[in-house]
Amino acid sequence: MDGIITAIRVVPLLDYVVLSFILFSIGMAGVMFRRNTIIILMCLELMFNSVNLLLAAFSAYHSDPGGQVFVFFIMLVAAAEVTVGLAILVMMKRNVDSVDINQLNRLKW
Amino acid sequence: MVTTNLLATLVPGLPLFGAVVIAAMRRQLKGNAAGMLGTTMVVASFVCSLLLFLDHDVVSVMHEAGLHQEHPPEGASHIVTLFDWISIGNMHIPFAFQIDALSLTMMLIVTGIGSLIHLYSIGYMHDDARVSTFFAQINLFTFAMLLLVMGANFVVTFIGWEGVGLCSYLLIGFWYTTPAYNYAARKAFVMNRIGDVGFVLGLAMIFHLTGTLTYTEVFEKAGSLSTPVLTGITLLLFIGAIGKSAQLPLFTWLPDAMAGPTPVSALIHAATMVTAGIFLIVRSSVLFSLAPITQDVVLYTGLITALLTASIGVFQNDIKKVLAYSTVSQLGLMFVALGLGAYSSAMFHVTTHAFFKALLFLGAGSVIHALGGEQDIRKMGGLKGVTKITYVTFLIGTLAIAGIPPLSGFFSKDAIMLAAYERSPLLFAATMLVSLLTCFYMFRLLFLTFFGTYRGKAHAHESPLTMTLPLMVLAVLSVIGGLLNLPHIVGGHEPMKEYLATAADGINGENSDMSANTEWMLMGLTTVLILSVIVLAYNRFAKKTTLDPEADDLPLFSRLIARKWMLDELYSALIEKPYGWFSNTFFSVGERKLMVPLMENTGRWTQKAGKAMRMLQSGNMSFYLFGMVVGIIVFLAITLYGG
Repeated sequence: MDGIITAIRVVPLLDYVVLSFILFSIGMAGVMFRRNTIIILMCLELMFNSVNLLLAAFSAYHSDPGGQVFVFFIMLVAAAEVTVGLAILVMMKRNVDSVDINQLNRLKW
Repeated sequence: MVTTNLLATLVPGLPLFGAVVIAAMRRQLKGNAAGMLGTTMVVASFVCSLLLFLDHDVVSVMHEAGLHQEHPPEGASHIVTLFDWISIGNMHIPFAFQIDALSLTMMLIVTGIGSLIHLYSIGYMHDDARVSTFFAQINLFTFAMLLLVMGANFVVTFIGWEGVGLCSYLLIGFWYTTPAYNYAARKAFVMNRIGDVGFVLGLAMIFHLTGTLTYTEVFEKAGSLSTPVLTGITLLLFIGAIGKSAQLPLFTWLPDAMAGPTPVSALIHAATMVTAGIFLIVRSSVLFSLAPITQDVVLYTGLITALLTASIGVFQNDIKKVLAYSTVSQLGLMFVALGLGAYSSAMFHVTTHAFFKALLFLGAGSVIHALGGEQDIRKMGGLKGVTKITYVTFLIGTLAIAGIPPLSGFFSKDAIMLAAYERSPLLFAATMLVSLLTCFYMFRLLFLTFFGTYRGKAHAHESPLTMTLPLMVLAVLSVIGGLLNLPHIVGGHEPMKEYLATAADGINGENSDMSANTEWMLMGLTTVLILSVIVLAYNRFAKKTTLDPEADDLPLFSRLIARKWMLDELYSALIEKPYGWFSNTFFSVGERKLMVPLMENTGRWTQKAGKAMRMLQSGNMSFYLFGMVVGIIVFLAITLYGG
């Protein structure tokens, strides 16, 4: 455990912050601007993981294991969420024969 | 005690049960079933009242405790608490009945006369399609009236008060297919409501000042209230009384209330409901005795009403309208008695009036029934040969109301007139005028209906036994009713006064110091004058073969009276017309110009805003996400920099 913490502390904290900011922004941009639902799901994962990275880094720097515990929980929830998301994706493919998110626009007005 | 409680519950309970059952099963009950059931319930209730009356022997209690004491003895009134009804903060109002001499007297009148009238209704309403509804409503009325007289606090009385008002409304408008009858029902209801407002305000004032509405507690605290306050309270209660008992200025509903079936007129608008106002004042006699100004107001209101309506009665041509004006006039006399502080005389007159006026109304109903619905006395005449029982009983009723000794009306009216003489001879003269007018129009009615030659077209026939039997019973009561309160001068000992004195504190204050000679002289004078009026009426109407002229052809003053002193027109000009003008103005300006545009524009702009806003709901997922992100950023910015 100590080895990992030391390894994490090799890189300065700011770098982690910048990296996860970049990852998060990429994820968010993907979610917002891509039409392919699979890519949107992948981008969501990217956002999760950027946050996880940040949590792990802060956890190491503050010597607080709580952050890393949180990462595990997020992974768990994310895995569950992905199953639901993929299930929706399968149904979507079956019903409208497409994975274009903009096909699902009938719920309006 | 257990039996007392049970009986006291059964007395109003049985008519209520009857009303509910008949109302629920009115389609199943065929023929006379509803009438029989309703009548049975009221008769059973009468039996219960009678048992209660016998059980509650207050007079002997009085004798043991010694007569002529300031306050009624212990045990003179018995409170039956059914359940705790309203309990908020310091306010505790139990649903309780007060069984004492006053309520027992009223209970016996209501259920006794009620039984006879129910029996009569079986015959009278026989052909009506909605006979079950009729009996349900009249049973409900009996229940409400019993609540009114039995209540141990103002609130229970008020429930009954409103209940009888409702039933009166329903029954006046019983034949609802005629618009005029509905109008009459509405008039009665609205006029009663005006009085009820006074009553409710009076109750609020009593509660505010004494913190209780239970009769016994209020009367205990009455002595500590100042005279102006008591005057205010009693005046408000009196407003309630004039609404219900049809006195000036609210009496015009009662003549119109004759639109209802005749048994209803007899029960509600002659014998029971209209005496509720008198009952209320006797019940609150402690308060009224402490407020001399109110007593004067009561006295003069009663007197003016009695004179005014007695004069109108002379010119009426509808058999029921004559009796209606007579009722208002007699009620006026009772208020005169109340104003003079002669509470027991007022109650005595309530009782005898219930006998003979119910008799007269039922007799009139029998005549109407015999003639197939004809109510105009100008088209009657000569009926004494055809409808013998009705004629004889009607004659007895007329003699009783005219005050011919020794019938009941003589004693009760005489008691009031003597009380008036003690105040001032002028007052005596005024009450004398009322009773002479009463005598005149009643004999005019009698002669035009039963004497002379028949002027109508319908074939007359006598009514069935269910209708004539109550007439006979009431005729007997009208004859012997005077025994209830036989004055000392003719050897009685005023048992009713003695009995009522155990219930109402105010009655103990009555004492007469009039010499026997004066009393005999006044009685003699009254009787002679009444007999001469009868002769006058006989000469004028008994041999009549032609029709009376229409109201418009009469000389000016008579025409004014025949038009009911133009009171309806006056109310119309003073209240209806301005009210209508206000309504129209508010409608055309307030409603059309202000409220409607305001409402419509509110709706229109909401719609427009909605139309614009719904563009946001594009259904485009990316757009929603974009919105969400922007939202989060904005909120973050606010949290971080907004302070």
